[in-house]
Amino acid sequence: MHELVQAIILGILVGGIYALMASGLTLVFGIMKVINVAQGALVILAAYLSYALFSHLHIDPFLSILIVTPAMFVLGVAVQLVFVRSLRGPDGSELSLLVTWALALGIEGVLSVIFKTNFRVTSPSYADNSWSIFGYQVSEVRVLAFVASAVLLLALSLLLTRTRFGRAVRATVQNPTAATLLGVDANRVQTLSFGLGVSMAAAAGAVYGVIYPFNPGSHYDLISRLLSIVVLGGLGSLGGAVFAALAMGVIEAIVAVKISPVWSSFSFFVVLITFLLVRPQGIFGVRERVL
Amino acid sequence: MSRATAAGLARGGAFAAAGIAFPFVFNQAWIVNIGVLTLMYAALATAWNLFSGYTGYITLGQAAFFGLGAYTLGITFQHFGIGSGYNPFYALPLVGAGIAIASLPIAWIALRTRHMTFAIVTLTLLFIVQQLAFNLRSLTKGSTGLMLPTPHFAIDSYDTPFYLAMLAILLAGLSLCWLILRSKLGLMLLAIREDEEKARGLGIRVTGAKLIAWWLMVWLSAMVGGVWAYYLTFIYPESSVDPLVMIGAVLMTFLGGRGTLWGPTVGALVLVPAQQYMITKLGASRLYLVGYAAVFMVVLLLLPRGILPSLRSAIDAQRERRRTHREPRVREEAHA
Amino acid sequence: MSAALLEIEGLTKRFGGVTAVSDCSFSVPEGTITALVGPNGSGKTTAFNLITGYMRADAGSIRFDGASVRSPNPVSLARRGLTRTFQQARIFPELTLVQNMVAALQQPWRAVLQRAVRRHERTRALELLEEFGLARLAGERAGNLSYGQKKLLEFAAVLMADPRLVLLDEPTAGVNPVLVEQIEQRIRELNARGLTFLLVEHNMNLVMRLSDPVVVLDHGTKLAEGKPDDVRNDPRVLDAYLGG
Repeated sequence: MHELVQAIILGILVGGIYALMASGLTLVFGIMKVINVAQGALVILAAYLSYALFSHLHIDPFLSILIVTPAMFVLGVAVQLVFVRSLRGPDGSELSLLVTWALALGIEGVLSVIFKTNFRVTSPSYADNSWSIFGYQVSEVRVLAFVASAVLLLALSLLLTRTRFGRAVRATVQNPTAATLLGVDANRVQTLSFGLGVSMAAAAGAVYGVIYPFNPGSHYDLISRLLSIVVLGGLGSLGGAVFAALAMGVIEAIVAVKISPVWSSFSFFVVLITFLLVRPQGIFGVRERVL
Repeated sequence: MSRATAAGLARGGAFAAAGIAFPFVFNQAWIVNIGVLTLMYAALATAWNLFSGYTGYITLGQAAFFGLGAYTLGITFQHFGIGSGYNPFYALPLVGAGIAIASLPIAWIALRTRHMTFAIVTLTLLFIVQQLAFNLRSLTKGSTGLMLPTPHFAIDSYDTPFYLAMLAILLAGLSLCWLILRSKLGLMLLAIREDEEKARGLGIRVTGAKLIAWWLMVWLSAMVGGVWAYYLTFIYPESSVDPLVMIGAVLMTFLGGRGTLWGPTVGALVLVPAQQYMITKLGASRLYLVGYAAVFMVVLLLLPRGILPSLRSAIDAQRERRRTHREPRVREEAHA
Repeated sequence: MSAALLEIEGLTKRFGGVTAVSDCSFSVPEGTITALVGPNGSGKTTAFNLITGYMRADAGSIRFDGASVRSPNPVSLARRGLTRTFQQARIFPELTLVQNMVAALQQPWRAVLQRAVRRHERTRALELLEEFGLARLAGERAGNLSYGQKKLLEFAAVLMADPRLVLLDEPTAGVNPVLVEQIEQRIRELNARGLTFLLVEHNMNLVMRLSDPVVVLDHGTKLAEGKPDDVRNDPRVLDAYLGG
């Protein structure tokens, strides 16, 4: 039992970070029906940036969030303007899948050239600290990462519900044409939202690099999880992404403890497929309206 | 037989003849090797196009079936003994058929979702199969890799049997595409691609049609994987279920022209030699990934319809210009 | 009154907090041109979608041709003889007119390997296209047609499978008066040959001329059902259309 609760705690902590990454992914889909397959690669890019800042300038990885996030926001905006915006027409969504995949490959290639394929991990002095709470071991960095993710997700949700920009975003999600008619600059909303989505990845990446060893090829592992999460939660649903991410964390942790760690990601994929059998639109997704 | 049909058959026959003759004319090992790879990608791209090009549902799981074909052949060697020499080739259609049938339940589940979700679910399938390849160590030897026995083909024409096997699969794929395009199934698939809900409203059995196309894609892809495994005689999870191979096939289809018969093959003929060149020059530094990405971007953003459809449009436009130039008086009379 | 070809009983559909269709019941007698009318938001299109299986009802039952329809879905309904057109004239743009027509023929599975457009199917398609004045465009790409021509094509195509009941979703919306008359003619002639229609229409003159019975919906439920004149003079109907 103790083992199980320990696993659940770990799962929630892990899920929190994935929730942050997945939020960016599902947000972008909701707004422009684009799946950014490069989200995983962008997380890894941020991890490398944070790693480099720590190695060379001794900037604490959690502080580096403040540097890496805005920088990659700009990158996200640039990417959207150059590559994604031009994808129009009925095929646009699916083409975006391939274009962003190409972007991910490009990022992987560049990172491989610069950093080689050795695994890195950002190791501040407190990286191995852990606390003991009610007899359960919790790693300090995981808790910090979880808290950072929660704070950022809260900020995102406030942004979407309390600001003018947020209202514009939600209007564009619900009905792009109507939103445009009401004065929303759909292009700008899309570009800024893409940047926002990348920012989420960036922030997550900065902390990801402290917890998990990574190399340029790690993005595959990440994106496979992220895609499953957003599909399970329902494409476009922020709440769904958060819920599904936490579910993933917990399921994988329980399977790792009860069965074996090698089967943990497999089990999550199976959960996804089984769930889709019953509810193809995901937990909070909307069944595609035909007419 | 209509003129178009005769012309089509002639093209196919010429291609087949040239294809068969190639390894005997250019019989240096490295050339035939590139031939094997080109045909492999052409067959994969043709199979991918058969489903995704005709139904409009982009599948990103093809590598899973390629890998399943590879591992099934390898495992059959290990545990059952499949003979040697040419025999494994003859077993492939059955292996492929079995894998295709096994994939139908998952396909049925996946096809109930919308296009984007479908793409992601099939991609998830890829990761599932890769995980299985890693984890089922007693069967697949996990990350250590699986060895297949080396066939005793003549040393100086060792690659040729594999070349011919890949060619056979490609020809099978092309024939299937050609037959489908001319048949009622093709009409159903095109209707589905154009407007699936409308097709449903007309009573077209949408799910069944999609599953048939899916089955054929998996059958072909699995066979290609089997030949590839036999060729390499050593397979491991990352190389057998490799998203990069699949993305290459997809890229070639886009380059040549999605939904056309020869597009994927044209794309492969253009890109595989270029890809092999890139790998030999840049492979060690992984920079070729960037090259890949660049080619992909160029194709998707600048030539999204692909070579063949763009060519056809250009030729049609040319013809239209010539016609209107030649017959202005006729049009004037019609207005009078 | 002839037997009911289509019977709706207690149909209900909710979208979140909004009840679009609420305990709606009416029937379409065989051989009639029945009209489904009502002010905007009265649930007509939702009712259509429920009947044709494009949406799943929260409650209620449907009987078609004497048999109950459990879990309606468009494919099986079309194959049973219940088919529909769409408000936005949905056709297959990249296919030719003939291909659009032949695609609408319902085939058994053994026909899958047959030639896409067989000779007798082409003949039949051309005949129907001729009736709709589209035969000269038979080889054209359907996407090149004008909006009105697309509406005609869509109408013609659903007839290929010899349906029992055709649901027309605003057949004359956005269409010029000449075409309205042509469509009205077609409906009359086909009805004279025994085809039953259920149409959603906003063109009241057309509805009153053409249909009997008329079913009036308001706020998702049936308000009135009967001959056009009776319905027209029903105070509740006048209230619904003109009242607040």
